[in-house]
Amino acid sequence: MIQIKNVNFYYKDFHALTDINMQIPDKAVTAFIGPSGCGKSTLLRLINRMNDLIDGTRLTGNILVEGQDIYDKKVEVEELRKKVGMVFQKPNPFPKTIFENVAYGLRVQGMKNESEIKDRVEDAIKKAALWSEVERILNNNATNLSGGQQQRLCIARCLAVEPHVILMDEPASALDPISTAKIEELVLDLKSKYTIVIVTHNMQQALRISDNTAFFYLGELVEYNNTRDIFHNPAQEKTKNYVTGQFG
Amino acid sequence: MFKKLSQKIQVSILAICSLATSVTVILIIIFLFSEGISFLGMKPTEEGYVLAVNTKNNLSSISPELCKKVFDQEVDNWSQLGEKDMPIELVNSDQIATFYSEEAIGSEMEYLDTCYNDYVSKHEGAFAVMPKNYVTSKFKGRIVEVQENSIASLVTGREWFPTAKPIAQFGILPLLMGTLIVSLGAILIALPFGLACAIYMSEIAKKGRRKIMKPLVELLAGIPSVVYGFFGLIVIVPLIQKLFHLDVGETALAGSIILGIMALPTIITISEDALRNVPNAMREASLAMGATKWQTIYKVVIPYAISGITTAAVLGIGRAIGETMAVLMVTGNAANVTFNYLKPVRTIPATIAAELGEAPSGGIHFKALFALGCILFLITMSINLYVNFVSKRRGVK
Ligand SMILES: Nc1ncnc2c1ncn2[C@@H]1O[C@H](COP(=O)(O)OP(=O)(O)OP(=O)(O)O)[C@@H](O)[C@H]1O
Ligand SMILES: [Mg+2]
Repeated sequence: MIQIKNVNFYYKDFHALTDINMQIPDKAVTAFIGPSGCGKSTLLRLINRMNDLIDGTRLTGNILVEGQDIYDKKVEVEELRKKVGMVFQKPNPFPKTIFENVAYGLRVQGMKNESEIKDRVEDAIKKAALWSEVERILNNNATNLSGGQQQRLCIARCLAVEPHVILMDEPASALDPISTAKIEELVLDLKSKYTIVIVTHNMQQALRISDNTAFFYLGELVEYNNTRDIFHNPAQEKTKNYVTGQFG
Repeated sequence: MFKKLSQKIQVSILAICSLATSVTVILIIIFLFSEGISFLGMKPTEEGYVLAVNTKNNLSSISPELCKKVFDQEVDNWSQLGEKDMPIELVNSDQIATFYSEEAIGSEMEYLDTCYNDYVSKHEGAFAVMPKNYVTSKFKGRIVEVQENSIASLVTGREWFPTAKPIAQFGILPLLMGTLIVSLGAILIALPFGLACAIYMSEIAKKGRRKIMKPLVELLAGIPSVVYGFFGLIVIVPLIQKLFHLDVGETALAGSIILGIMALPTIITISEDALRNVPNAMREASLAMGATKWQTIYKVVIPYAISGITTAAVLGIGRAIGETMAVLMVTGNAANVTFNYLKPVRTIPATIAAELGEAPSGGIHFKALFALGCILFLITMSINLYVNFVSKRRGVK
């Protein structure tokens, strides 16, 4: 479970998130929706401390992953990121071979046993539903794959490290409809084993794949409920307007 | 109407300027190579002198390098020249006077030609250097040709002694070696330093610190090379002398250090550019998988930027190879074929700069310096072509 408690977040003087409180359940898909600039990515990146890389940011409140406050001084950020993986909006494979892309996370953890690495890589690519397409070209450069294949490769790369949580920031927004469908299928497939948080601009997508949906507006969490209620029975006027496409 | 005309004038001025530049470049290259190539085919013998041997001797031609060895008595048996086993009996204007009495030579040396003739005809092992005009129809020896300068003699000759008499030595091997080891040393010093600097500036330093460092590095590129030479002469040279207990501190090492410092700005700015061009998405992808910052730098960022870093290194070498003044001041300028960094060496550009003033214009020495210039040009041009090739390949990717 991911607990977000009284979180306020600032980029320099800009107050990007205001008083966010929410609990994200395990082994379910939670969608973040809301208009552009409302802070979805910001909150998502707080969960694996990617915002640490940006100068001049400030956080108050607490974020707990599996009961552990991840901003506690004792927490090693590398360990946290192994547990909380991330898939980005634009596919970003390394300009290495397909195999080495997936093996990367294992190698940086210090895994040396090549046969174990091979097994883990194969396993991860299979879980990402990419195996049949790449099993013969594992030594080709990953940047030659199609965009959709690259994104599934990035998911495989993330899975190889065996995270508990996967954060996805609009993982299908740069892809064609068929690739998008494959990613959605994959997310539904992974749900039984992983806690997934996904940012999306696509209302239909949120409806198809998520169990719970959080609607953000101007840095605030407006409404957070199970997906069906958010879309068919929203409590807030703003939510209703947004999901029915009247603004945003 | 007027507008159109002025536009046309502007266009033609621009065209003329660019045309003039291209033509100038081409003219310079043509000039360099026409002078340089005319060196090949010339004979390095002193004007008006010939080599002569006994008629029983089969030697028909000899390379300048071997010839010098004979004069220095490093080679003293004909078997070393592929002839019969007998000692070489060297005669030149000094020795001839010791072989013949003053009367035989004549008070005004009017019979010197007869003496040479006599010596060469009587001694089977004779090897004579004599004025050309002594060779008349009565001469009973055989003339030996000195081989012409060729690319092979130029590149393999181990001695550079363009003022040697009667046969000048134009082996560029020591100069080539000097250039190469000084440049290699420079790059070995500059690359790790420069790369470390570039990594610090692009990956680690906060914005403020980078803002201070960047102009400093650029300032380094603007210092005139004589100033580097001065610094080298006053600081580096004595330091090396003390540190290694040498007689002279002017060594290849001193040249490498100075050139290394001079190549730093090139290496730093280009490789920093390459590192900064690595998309942030690459760093984030790596960090998001639990890699440390350091792992990210050396497993993702550097491999991604590697072609830019190679370019930086190669251009750094290019800068070092062509550099003249500073090297001239600190390397000691002795033409040695050596890998020893603690010995004086002499580079190609330093040789040209040092000798052009004293070489009579149009003479063989003068042309030899042009040939050196051609070789230097070919080296730096191949470096530029390589860089172009690498960056083009990167562009395609
Ligand atoms: N590095 C940054 N520095 C300063 N401000 C930032 C930075 N990143 C984001 N912001 C600001 O924070 C706010 C929230 O940004 P965020 O990227 O979280 O929005 P988002 O909901 O993900 O939008 P989108 O749907 O367009 O991706 C925006 O107003 C944005 O301008
Ligand atoms: Mg976003």
